[in-house]
Amino acid sequence: MVVAIVVIALVAFLVLLVVLMYNRLVRLRNRTENGWAQVDVQLRRRYDLIPNLVETVRGYAAYERELFEEVTNARARAIDASSVPDQAQAENQITRGLRQLFAVVEDYPDLKANEGFLALQEELTGTESKIAYARQFYNDQVMRLNTLIGSFPSVLVARAFGFTERPFFEIEDPAQGPAQVDFAG
Amino acid sequence: MYEQIASNKRRTFLLIAGAVVFLGLIGYAIGLVTSSGPAGLVFALAVAIAMALGSYFYGDRIVLASTRAREVGAEEEPRLHNIAEGLAIAAGIAKPRVYVVPEQALNAYATGRDPEHSSIAVTRGLLDAMNRVELEGVVGHELAHVQDRDILVGTIVATLVGAAVLLSEFFMRAWWWGGLGGRRGSDRGGGPVALVFFAAGIVMLILAPIVGQIIKMAVSRNREYLADAQGVMLTRYPPGLVSALRKIEAGSAIPMHSANNATAHLWLNQPSRIQGEGMGPLERLFQTHPPIQERIRRLEEM
Repeated sequence: MVVAIVVIALVAFLVLLVVLMYNRLVRLRNRTENGWAQVDVQLRRRYDLIPNLVETVRGYAAYERELFEEVTNARARAIDASSVPDQAQAENQITRGLRQLFAVVEDYPDLKANEGFLALQEELTGTESKIAYARQFYNDQVMRLNTLIGSFPSVLVARAFGFTERPFFEIEDPAQGPAQVDFAG
Repeated sequence: MYEQIASNKRRTFLLIAGAVVFLGLIGYAIGLVTSSGPAGLVFALAVAIAMALGSYFYGDRIVLASTRAREVGAEEEPRLHNIAEGLAIAAGIAKPRVYVVPEQALNAYATGRDPEHSSIAVTRGLLDAMNRVELEGVVGHELAHVQDRDILVGTIVATLVGAAVLLSEFFMRAWWWGGLGGRRGSDRGGGPVALVFFAAGIVMLILAPIVGQIIKMAVSRNREYLADAQGVMLTRYPPGLVSALRKIEAGSAIPMHSANNATAHLWLNQPSRIQGEGMGPLERLFQTHPPIQERIRRLEEM
């Protein structure tokens, strides 16, 4: 009789443990997915802004054609990217291209004073830092999720219910996150 | 952070319970004195509960209105909106509503009851003086208060306990000017009214330090250090907030007209209505902020 009660109590305890771990995994997975959705929203915002920017700059600096093509192509590649690492690589190219573009703008005082350009610049700077922040949030969640999936005993629950580790969204130059880049110079 | 949230919810509950009991006792005492039975108690409890509900649901609006903050759209203040949205993403919370306070002093605060109902307000002076990185530091600090639910306690304190502070200021001033000025009718007329004001003023004079103490107990100084640290965890750039705090310190001599002792604890930096360095003796009673120098030192050690 006593043995039966102990066994039942143990089983109940284990079930409770599994339920709790499962719920934690689900919560983290949802947060990770939500984090990625946030990154995606901001990336799309940047894709929308790039053609406008290129058009505005072209009006003043027509012969920087190579640079325009580079940015435009990088944008197209980024839109087509299907995996997180591919996406990260294409985004790095966009970021580099945009930095060059804004560096070039320094030589055109008329453009720098253009209101439409200034508004675009604020939008892009804002979007850049939002991408950085969304990436930060996403990577934090990925780290927590991967840690939980990788550590004992939650690894057993994760395996049993098919939770998989997520890739980080990496940029090449973390020391110079876009948040600190001052395009205004 | 989760302990912080739990502790803030507990503090809020205690504050509300304290206010209900306090007002209930007053009502009961009035009932005893006037021998009108339980009517006083019932009435006082109804008032207390209405006040508690009001400060929970409308506290943020009261605070915003009392500082004359005006909501601004994304077109009007794109930089501030972009920063608030970005940092809210980093914190994983909803974007707060964004307000500007028409003051030249450099300051900011956050209010609301939870991250879904939160607002941040910055002064016009701050907006003009800060560059992007500094503004990010300030908004990060305010969003840390939002995340930790410091805004809940702060707003409840400002509206519930603050009501007493506002009354005390009102009576103090009425008594002071009424007593010294001798405005109308030195022979008769103002007599009984002046006496009532005098009595109320004395009561409030005794009450003010107690209320100040309650505010200090409800909002600890450590909360500011914590919000600095947590805000910097969002921006990942301590020098931004350090540089912002330096500018705020340099500009702390600018008086803030809409500051009052009820909302002083909410602001990023202790506001003062008095021109020049320092603050008045009554304002000192409500000092809840650690010195800026100390905050900068701790940030620089990170």
